[in-house]
Amino acid sequence: MKKVFGALLSTVLVMLMLAPFMPAANASERPAPFASTAVSDAATEVATVSDIKTTTYPPAPKLSAADYPRIKGVNSRVAVWLVAQLHLWFGAFVLAVPMFVFIIEAIGMATREERYDSMAFEFMKVSIIAYSLTALLGGLLTFALVLLYPDLFNYLATIFKGSMFVYALLFFAESAILYIYYYGWHWLQGGNKKWVHLTLGLLLNAVGCLLMFLANAWTTFMMSPAAVDVAGVFNGDTWGAIHNFLWNPMNVHRVVANMAFGGSIIGAYAAFKFLGARNNGERAHYDWIGYNANFIAITALLPLPFAGYYLTVELYAYSQQMGITLMGGVFAWIFIIQAVLIGALFLSANYYLWCGMGRSEGAYRYNSKIKYIAIVLIAAFMVWFTPHTLVLTNAELKSLGGPYHEYLGVLGIMPAKNIAVNFLIIFTYISFLFYRRANKIPTVAWATTGNAVQIALFTAGLINIMMLGIYYGYFTNTAYKVASSIPQVLTTLIIIISSAVIEALMYKGSKEVAPLHWGRMSNRSQYALFLLAIAFTWLMGLMGYVRSSIRQHWHVSNVFRDNSPDAYTPDLGYAASIVSMGTILFMVMVIFIFWLSAINSRRTVAKGYWKNSHDQHH
Amino acid sequence: MINIIKVFTFSLVVIGGFWGFSNFGIPQIKPALPPVEEKLDVDTMNMDEFIALGSKLYKEKGNCTLCHNAMGRAPMLDRIGTVSIDRLKDPRYKGTATTIEEYLYESMTQPSAFVVSGYGKSGSNDTESPMPDVTGSGIGLNETELVAVIAYLQDSGGTEVTVSITKIDSQNAEVPAAAEAVSLRTAEEVIAKYTCGACHAVAGQTGEIGPNLTKIGKTRNKEYLRQAILDPEAIIASGFTSGMMPNIYGEQMKAQELELLVDYLASLK
Repeated sequence: MKKVFGALLSTVLVMLMLAPFMPAANASERPAPFASTAVSDAATEVATVSDIKTTTYPPAPKLSAADYPRIKGVNSRVAVWLVAQLHLWFGAFVLAVPMFVFIIEAIGMATREERYDSMAFEFMKVSIIAYSLTALLGGLLTFALVLLYPDLFNYLATIFKGSMFVYALLFFAESAILYIYYYGWHWLQGGNKKWVHLTLGLLLNAVGCLLMFLANAWTTFMMSPAAVDVAGVFNGDTWGAIHNFLWNPMNVHRVVANMAFGGSIIGAYAAFKFLGARNNGERAHYDWIGYNANFIAITALLPLPFAGYYLTVELYAYSQQMGITLMGGVFAWIFIIQAVLIGALFLSANYYLWCGMGRSEGAYRYNSKIKYIAIVLIAAFMVWFTPHTLVLTNAELKSLGGPYHEYLGVLGIMPAKNIAVNFLIIFTYISFLFYRRANKIPTVAWATTGNAVQIALFTAGLINIMMLGIYYGYFTNTAYKVASSIPQVLTTLIIIISSAVIEALMYKGSKEVAPLHWGRMSNRSQYALFLLAIAFTWLMGLMGYVRSSIRQHWHVSNVFRDNSPDAYTPDLGYAASIVSMGTILFMVMVIFIFWLSAINSRRTVAKGYWKNSHDQHH
Repeated sequence: MINIIKVFTFSLVVIGGFWGFSNFGIPQIKPALPPVEEKLDVDTMNMDEFIALGSKLYKEKGNCTLCHNAMGRAPMLDRIGTVSIDRLKDPRYKGTATTIEEYLYESMTQPSAFVVSGYGKSGSNDTESPMPDVTGSGIGLNETELVAVIAYLQDSGGTEVTVSITKIDSQNAEVPAAAEAVSLRTAEEVIAKYTCGACHAVAGQTGEIGPNLTKIGKTRNKEYLRQAILDPEAIIASGFTSGMMPNIYGEQMKAQELELLVDYLASLK
């Protein structure tokens, strides 16, 4: 119950912080810069769409450095950066977990295997502690923005006032549904009750997604403001502000990324519990959870580059200038760091899968092939890692003979990287395929033909990806260089989907080699799960820095200029330091949550401590 | 407890690795500082200086070269003076301009009035331009700056400069502090300005990345040299690779500077 009270208290706290910016409070409490606006009309106290349409909005404030409150010893940008990032990490986690919990619960209902239900509940147990922290950090972020960037907050709150009340209501609804969903888990079991519980899970996800979409609207409005004139005067309704150009691409990207991130954090939880397991039963249990969490993380990771590509394409469509800022100049180097992180993600996920083959007696049939997958993965990683334009001294330029290396230079451009990333995805899928096959023997008569078809499919697909990249990338002009990416991606998707269908049919009714030895995993493999979680966390932080930085010296792109002392874009090293600091804080909090869930299940018998304890029980 | 210490230490090592690579594995480039607000004084400028101001605005504050370059993101503007008239007669033209000057103004403030085929927003069938209104977007050129850019485009685009120097209408115009000087007088000045000697041995400089030009006039004529400057990828000298020489000089050099340079190089025998 403490947790409930803690979360309710946080909710009330957040509501109190939001209260001054609710529509009802606009009339009397709006600060001076907005006093002249029509929102002071008492008629706007209850915000409806028609009211908002008739409201006259103020232009974006023109601020000077003196307009930004400073607190001695506090760097405003770093403070907001860290709090916002921590809120986002926890928010992403608590929104993602119910998504796959819903699916796992449904699988449990369909298969009637209780272990799925127990696993889903255990995921929620971790998530519920994180929920309180998310709310606290959300409150802290609001507080930091109001305190350190009041004019920006007021400007956005004026435009979004119609949705802020809805946001608060949704937050209450989310909390209420979450607590009923979690605390009612063992009560709502069997028959119709289970269906009610599953419906609650669906509702929880719907409300959670809406909450995130509303929060995303603020962020994307700052990047691609809609319904504003050149002076920043808002002339639309709340929906117009929410449904800005980058809103949907961001929503798609964040939902997919949240799933991958959430899976990786649950994986780290399972690894933590596995390492501290006191018997084989616990080891087996947490090994199984770790495997499933890794599966979720990787399943969501595979489409993530496509969601990222969609976001970038839309970003270019919205503003070429923003797109070029993102992909060129100083930020071009960030994609080399990203390559290292994605490489770490893929390699650790694959390593974990390979270690997992040790659970099966039949894995020996595939072990010899793993080294080839490793070679391809590392080669693809190295290609992705190769920079395009190097910043060189004159002497280096001279010894290299130009800005590009004679042989490696060709690997620096996008077509080579497109080939590499598609190979990474396909070979990760092959790792998974081997893992799935390790313990199975197909019984269908056409197994040999099925294998031959799959080998042909993979060979043709890989050649197609390679040829598309080479032909369009190097033998056509610039405008077509990236045109190959779409057929390459489609090839990858066709290979994976076709292979998955063939596999499912081929291994239908297959024989098991022997029961899987859950728990027969090295401790080392568990650190791969931790590496996955850390790499995801750090990568999210880094990409958040880029996303935010491409606004350059604008609070709201091109309409509301940032004139604070921190208006400049920090360099990558500095950003990496802040992201690292944030990741350390996040990991400390996450490990604390894992520890809390560990002590939650411990029981200490205090003999002789309680007076008449035996009698009281009776 | 030992596990907490182990996983925390592991986390620190991994995070430290990412941090170290970002700080020491890649070059640290300081992003440009936000533009400083300065006042612009055009009272004392002559037309050459005004055109030079337009050129600077075109390349810097206007960010025009981000897209109007050889990469093909937006149409090249080197013949804008002559093609403007054709565009005004094009049935797809939706604007109200009647002169080149008006057309150039309109193309910067209402870029969708005419979209060059193949350069429209995807899916718009060339009816909508991806270019922002340069007065209102992050670029924020004021009226005087717009006129200066028109003067530059007319000058570099092969037509007569018809605009007159207008006074600034905004107190907060953001412009580069110093306007560029008039055209250079000697080939040595041109070589110094465009730093040809960084890559080529020429005019007493000893660059080695590009071909030696100290006796280039012996084997190459003026046409070849002009092309090599304006379109370096057209012919690559044997022993050198493509993509080395910037293809920006056609845009940056004034015609007079180009001819000075070509004459000078052709005379090196």
